[in-house]
Amino acid sequence: MSETNQNAKGPIISIKEMNKYYGDFHALTDIDLEVNVGERIVICGPSGSGKSTLIRCLNRLEAHQSGSVNVNGIELHQHMKDIDKVRSEVGMVFQHFNLFPHMTVLENCTAGPMWVNKLPPSEAHEIAMKYLERVNIPEQADKYPAQLSGGQQQRVAIARSLCMNPKVMLFDEPTSALDPEMVSEVLDTMTSLAQSGMTMIVVTHEMGFAKQVADRVIFMDEGKIVESNEPIAFFENPQSDRTKKFLSQVLVH
Amino acid sequence: MIQDTVTEDVLLRKPLFVFFLFVITFIISFSVDPSQSFIGHLLEPALGDPEKSGLYGRFVTSFMLAVLFVLNLTAIGFLPRFRFQVIVVWIELLILFLSFFYSFDLSFEFIRSKIWFMISQGIFTTLYVSAISIVIAFLIAIVGAVAKMSSNGFAYAIASFYTSFFRGLPLLMQVYLIYLGFPQVGYVIDAVPAGIIALSLCYGAYMTEIFRAGIMSIDAGQWEGSRALGFKFGLIMRKIILPQSIPLIIPPTGNQFIAMLKDSSLVSVIGVWELMFLAKTLGNKTFNHMEMLITAAMLYWMMTMVLELIQSRIERKYQKRQSR
Repeated sequence: MSETNQNAKGPIISIKEMNKYYGDFHALTDIDLEVNVGERIVICGPSGSGKSTLIRCLNRLEAHQSGSVNVNGIELHQHMKDIDKVRSEVGMVFQHFNLFPHMTVLENCTAGPMWVNKLPPSEAHEIAMKYLERVNIPEQADKYPAQLSGGQQQRVAIARSLCMNPKVMLFDEPTSALDPEMVSEVLDTMTSLAQSGMTMIVVTHEMGFAKQVADRVIFMDEGKIVESNEPIAFFENPQSDRTKKFLSQVLVH
Repeated sequence: MIQDTVTEDVLLRKPLFVFFLFVITFIISFSVDPSQSFIGHLLEPALGDPEKSGLYGRFVTSFMLAVLFVLNLTAIGFLPRFRFQVIVVWIELLILFLSFFYSFDLSFEFIRSKIWFMISQGIFTTLYVSAISIVIAFLIAIVGAVAKMSSNGFAYAIASFYTSFFRGLPLLMQVYLIYLGFPQVGYVIDAVPAGIIALSLCYGAYMTEIFRAGIMSIDAGQWEGSRALGFKFGLIMRKIILPQSIPLIIPPTGNQFIAMLKDSSLVSVIGVWELMFLAKTLGNKTFNHMEMLITAAMLYWMMTMVLELIQSRIERKYQKRQSR
């Protein structure tokens, strides 16, 4: 994307010994992870393994209790004043889209640029149309989210995030709520986004996407990172038994 | 409620049910003895003087009443459309009620001489006191709802104390407390502002709960989606959450407004010249209490009917928007 003029390959996200609890339940244990600029990471694992929780900690939709999470040079903690700034630079795409149903597609996309980045309406409009064209639905701009198919809605959600010109994009199971025939249109959009050099962290069960796009695949189970490897090595030569078992279950279909 | 696509048999076309209905009405009317009422007088050529017709008269009049009732119901049951049935039943009930009032032997001359004053002064005051109060209550409710959901101890404590207190006291008592209580601390307050304060505080407390429910019913994903874009709390509330909860809040708020319109009659006790106050005072001099009370009742009823109509319009508009 445009100006990711970080020192070329430095980490944009770095997590050190992070732990997260829900009451007594230990949701994430000693997570260590560094993500470099331009890197594409796919996180997979059985449900309840903490993969969504992990990426939700990256823009502090969830709080971590110990360790450190550093995003784009800013440390995330409870009393920070500039969480909105971090969030506006980290795009997030949700399983259930979370579009604003009372606003048109265009309004959904211009809201961030206008309200957060304080751009004038004409400029916001221009940006919104640019990204709606990028996800191939400029003709739907004046419709309401409920009038679109699930795949179209998810593409709008991607465009909405891109309008903020984010440095990282987080995807939280973006295709899990979609009808099967709509999965590929969303994956294609994400693939083309990856090709443009966007830093992406994707929680997904789409192993084809992982093989094709990821620089690194991370397998999680019971709140821990069990295995982390390049896709070819990950799929062809998994190290741990749990990874092997998981892959045998996912890849059969 | 969603109607089933398969309709059950119409009860009124089952002879057994109609007969059962007939028996019930007969028993009820026999036990209250309608022989002295209008039906007895109608049957006077056949029965003679209703006063002296005795058990025979009682039986015949009850029988005729039950026949009339059941025939009427069956006839309505055969009306072809739902809409006709509703209209006919409404008109019949209305006639029944009006003839009940009519039997009080009211002086219509007196009503005619006062009704314009009741409308121009009474309805006007009732409407503007209620309208101002509902607007203030609306604003209180937004603040109260947000405070009640906040993690700030002070805000929550004040809001919950407020709703507890004003929902816990009878409105009439609140009206007195404000009107008579303020002068105690050296601030004399007029009747109209006192009434408006009491009504808005009381309804604000109820509406706080309505607003809270409305706001809480918005999916958590809306909060997350907005936060992920970097929106701050106030912006999320104003632009994302409230616009979506308002359509849910409007119907119960309309309901509250209708209730308030009638509860505004309570401020008559402190001498606000609204409808109820006029109804009580205008009839006093000449002992035409019933006339004024019934007129006021009819005026209240008409006002709420208009409001119900407006409310259903607004509701339909919002439903249309949501289904888009």
